[in-house]
Amino acid sequence: MYPKSFQYFAPKSVKDAISLLNKLRGEAKVIAGGQSLVPMMKLRLATPAYLIDLNKIKGLEYIKAGRGVIQIGALTRHSTIEKSELIRERVPIMAEAASHIGDPQVRNLGTIGGALAHCDPAGDWGAVILALRGEIRVAGPRGQRTIKADNFFVDAFTPALKPNELITEIRIPTPPEGSGGAYLKMERRAGDFAIAGVAAQITISPDGTCKYAGIGLTALGPTSLRAKKAEEALVGRELTDEVIDEAAEAAAEDAKPFDDPLRGSAEFRRAMARVLTRRAVKQALSRARGG
Amino acid sequence: MPRKKRVDRRKPRAKAAPPTAQLAKINVKVNGVQYSAEVEPRMLLVHFIRDVLGLTGTHVGCDTGNCGACTVIMDGKSVKSCNIFAVQADGAEILTVEGLARDGELHPVQQAFWEHHGLQCGFCTPGMLMQAYWLLTQNPSPTEEDVRRGLSGNLCRCTGYQKIVEAVLAAAEQMRGQQQEVR
Amino acid sequence: MAVSAIFGARVKRREDPRMITGQGRYTDDIKLSGMVYAMFLRSPYAHAKIVSINVEKARKVPGVIAVYTGKDLENKLGPVPCAWAIPNADLKVPKYMPLAVDRVRYVGDPVAVVVAESPYVARDALEQIEVEYERLPAVVNQEEAVKPEAPQLYDDVPNNIAFHWSISGGDVEKAFAEAEVVIKQRIINNRLQPTAIETRGAVAQYNQATGELTVWMTSQNPHIHRLLLAGIVGVPEHKLRVVAPDVGGGFGSKIHCYGGEAVVAFLAKELGRPVKWMEDRRENYLATIHGRDHIQYVELAAKRDGTILGLRVKAYANLGAYLSTASPGIPTILLGTMLSGCYKIPAISCEVYGVLTNTAPVDAYRGAGRPEASFIVERMVDILAHELGMDPAEVRRKNFIPPDAFPYTVATGLQYDSGNYEAALNKALELVGYQQLREEQKRLREQGRLIGIGISSYVEICGLGPSRVVRATGFGLGLWESAVVRVHPTGKVTVYTGGHPHGQGEETTFAQIVAEELGVPFEDVEVVHGDTAMIPFGTGTYGSRTTPVAGGAIAIACRRIKEKAKKIAAYLLEASEEDIEFERGKFYVKDAPERAKTIAEIALSSYLAGEGELPAGMEPGLESTAFYDPENFTFPFGTHVCVVEVDPETGEVHVKRYVAVDDCGRQINPMIVEGQVQGGVVQGMAQALWEEAVYDKDGNLLTATLSDYAVPTSADVPRIETSSTETPSPHNPLGVKGVGETGTIAATQAVVNAVVDALAHLGVRHIDPPLKAETVWRILKEKGIAK
Repeated sequence: MYPKSFQYFAPKSVKDAISLLNKLRGEAKVIAGGQSLVPMMKLRLATPAYLIDLNKIKGLEYIKAGRGVIQIGALTRHSTIEKSELIRERVPIMAEAASHIGDPQVRNLGTIGGALAHCDPAGDWGAVILALRGEIRVAGPRGQRTIKADNFFVDAFTPALKPNELITEIRIPTPPEGSGGAYLKMERRAGDFAIAGVAAQITISPDGTCKYAGIGLTALGPTSLRAKKAEEALVGRELTDEVIDEAAEAAAEDAKPFDDPLRGSAEFRRAMARVLTRRAVKQALSRARGG
Repeated sequence: MPRKKRVDRRKPRAKAAPPTAQLAKINVKVNGVQYSAEVEPRMLLVHFIRDVLGLTGTHVGCDTGNCGACTVIMDGKSVKSCNIFAVQADGAEILTVEGLARDGELHPVQQAFWEHHGLQCGFCTPGMLMQAYWLLTQNPSPTEEDVRRGLSGNLCRCTGYQKIVEAVLAAAEQMRGQQQEVR
Repeated sequence: MAVSAIFGARVKRREDPRMITGQGRYTDDIKLSGMVYAMFLRSPYAHAKIVSINVEKARKVPGVIAVYTGKDLENKLGPVPCAWAIPNADLKVPKYMPLAVDRVRYVGDPVAVVVAESPYVARDALEQIEVEYERLPAVVNQEEAVKPEAPQLYDDVPNNIAFHWSISGGDVEKAFAEAEVVIKQRIINNRLQPTAIETRGAVAQYNQATGELTVWMTSQNPHIHRLLLAGIVGVPEHKLRVVAPDVGGGFGSKIHCYGGEAVVAFLAKELGRPVKWMEDRRENYLATIHGRDHIQYVELAAKRDGTILGLRVKAYANLGAYLSTASPGIPTILLGTMLSGCYKIPAISCEVYGVLTNTAPVDAYRGAGRPEASFIVERMVDILAHELGMDPAEVRRKNFIPPDAFPYTVATGLQYDSGNYEAALNKALELVGYQQLREEQKRLREQGRLIGIGISSYVEICGLGPSRVVRATGFGLGLWESAVVRVHPTGKVTVYTGGHPHGQGEETTFAQIVAEELGVPFEDVEVVHGDTAMIPFGTGTYGSRTTPVAGGAIAIACRRIKEKAKKIAAYLLEASEEDIEFERGKFYVKDAPERAKTIAEIALSSYLAGEGELPAGMEPGLESTAFYDPENFTFPFGTHVCVVEVDPETGEVHVKRYVAVDDCGRQINPMIVEGQVQGGVVQGMAQALWEEAVYDKDGNLLTATLSDYAVPTSADVPRIETSSTETPSPHNPLGVKGVGETGTIAATQAVVNAVVDALAHLGVRHIDPPLKAETVWRILKEKGIAK
């Protein structure tokens, strides 16, 4: 319950934060919402010597529509995304996913950037960003770079971030007309870490075939995963029940689940990847058709 | 919420004693009163509220941010005060359960918890009240489902939640009535 | 008994104003000048020898005041006692020191304590203690632990068997010989973590000048804690004051005596400064008792018409690493005697092995033995119905003890006081719409939907209890309860009760009892509890005993006051005592009601005590002390019905309806009764669906945080539909029976029965809780339903 002592810094700009990170490399932890980090510090599973608080940096908390892209500041709270009119209108799957994260208080502080940087395989954002082919904007001592979602999740709790880099923005290509998405999460109880989760985002062409499919998996591997074979099973085809079943089967193959004595065996989770993918794609399809 | 990395917690990590951190000066407004204090950066906000300010209505029930007993309102949002460092609250405005009643008059949420038997041992109650209060600022006309989801970050072991949910719905109705009177 | 507006009314609780404004005062809210903070270093290993402990670095951490190891305290503190010496069971009580001395036996076993100026510093110092352990093999499962090759926890407890207890009534051999159907089932009653939202803790202060030691602590029974702590710490009982302030839930976990509180008391005395210790949640999960954890082999003998002939149980109870205060009695006395359930079962036998393992001590958790018994009986009845193709409600009806048979002595020897089991069953079935549901179930089953209806008819034992009986079971104390009712000169009343409600609302219901009995306004009654310096020796709040026993004591004290007041009234009104009537707080002359004296007038007169004010020779004052030792236990009962739908693809269980009909005798405050039932049902449902303490094979607790131990949230549980019948207890002064645990005792099997019922057509007849999605999914997969 009592964290180890640390020195605290609250830089006012991204630049200052990065120069601190650069200086304190390895011994510093960045705190954004803190909803994963602080409990770990209380249990002394994390004992950083220095804590760099991003919350005093202005201008990292926003949701805006750019050209063909939705831009979300790294410090934007889950609850802000959950309630954002822009998100609900343009990428409703993000609002839906946000509503499954932790609990209301956790969502009030927790940030999308912090959650992605934490890179928890059971974190909800990863699957969604993968399904949406999002990009993660990162700032470091040598300026900004963009990491595709596909390249971001390296391993459990290991994002493609250098120790002196910070996430500044998440960019989501605005889904075109005829799109729909769904995020389904199976959990032991409300707000728990997922047993399994599936994010499905699809776009239907005027001819009724599937133009775009993004399937992301939560808690079904060492990181958030993209179910590529499942996506391939959908794209270019009319989404009949049989096609969807095929994709669900492929998602189960794409999954790389692990055994967890509390939240389910690999075998069970793989089976749930199949069930949830089928249900999520059907729901996404119904939404894409305006349902 | 913590994810356990594969850390061997068994070996006592006999690192050198931590460097004495510099104290940080903070200014916080709690229940309308401005306080300034010097705190160790590692002091949790809940400990600041309870031990430094002596406002013991805010409780601690876990170490992982699950139970919600420590819920307070910070700058208009409900937060778990065990999941924030006091130093981070510098400049913030905080409302705790002690600040809910005004001029000796119970807030409708408090009144409804009393009338509907929304508490038994009372330990989760302050956090539950603060979350209910915040929920009603966000959604003045919640359904039962909204209330149940809205309180899902606050654990109660006594009531089975039913009378808490009834109380919050009753408070919502009461508050809507009051607003109409004002109009 | 006159029925007034107050007894039976939905009075708002008087506990609430302080708690809804943040003015409740819990142990952790106590801050004394000069107070320092204790924290325990706990074993990371389930089983190990302590080779050495080096505390030098810890002592040097700035702000650290003292560090003690188990060896340091070995001769300063006595062992933690076990207070339920069950007889004829070859009970072995291993030595249980407040701090482990040379061997640790579970993850969480305390080995050292640090005292520092702040809890943060104390935590830092813990990391500086160097302990060298020599690891030993560990065993966590009771069936593994009794095997000859299993690791041995103690040299003098062979095969880790702390006791072998049995009970038998009727001719069991004959019952099985004559049976037309015999059902055998292995049942696991899952291990649970009680999870009061307030963890355990204590604040202690020693007054060197007077030798008085005060301990504020999270206690359900302050006098029992005083008695036991006095022994461990070596402070005379009259110099030790235990105060249980507001307590944030107990559910049994705060009944027991633990080493932690004793160490804190010792430290305050030793260091001359007030000392506080509060568990964090992880510590609470590691080292506060767990509940249940039973493996049972059950056999039921019956006739083809559904008549039950006999029941045989052999069980293995996991007791954890040490025998906690009441632990031997929970899986034995409180389970074995209750195996007849609501039924006429002519022959019952039960044997229980109490097994020590490398896990946290296991003791009474809400229901304590009765949920385990009830689960056995109600599961077996359902399996029997399934086997015979009968409706489970019919099998119950067929075997119920009929209402005219009470008082009824069951094969295990208990005498049930009163009951009308069929009435409660019928009411519950009617409320849920049973026939309709069965038809709907059939219809939906054809569409592939899995609907299940689970019935649980239960009876439980509470109002503990007649001291003669309780003592005969080896319990270390009689279980009467005390009350002082003091009428002040102005007619206001203070009640001092030996019970210690901590959420059950008796500050309110006890005031209702007094208001009813003495006819004074509810507002004029104050209820005091929890402080050994103020109350008479009391035995505390647990086992649903507070209202029937402590409430009974209050009623008796009130009636004694009325007797005396009547004499005074007769004297003041110059009438003969036989002519005095009492109604609503007034004594009046039968034929001249205008000649009357109120309780307040009589009270004043009794204190003034002058000529013409008090009959000659009568003692002044108007108060009474009662020690009520009930003549029998009370036996609340009821029927709960649960309706579930199982997701055929995922195995997830959705509770659609839950109807609870409970009969706890007369109800003092129906609002509080509903609250007790709803909360209890959710805890029982949680055992059925979500909660389970999980140790890995090395004895690491995998559910050591609230993020891993799945306590349900408001979004996970359904609305509970409550109703009641009323069959008063014939022997209780108030006709009340107790309701604190009924929900937990009834609910687990109601839910499990419903889920099994949903799958019954697939040939499923039993599933062990918790019914996690994966557990159910595996069955569905095996049956070819899920993929």
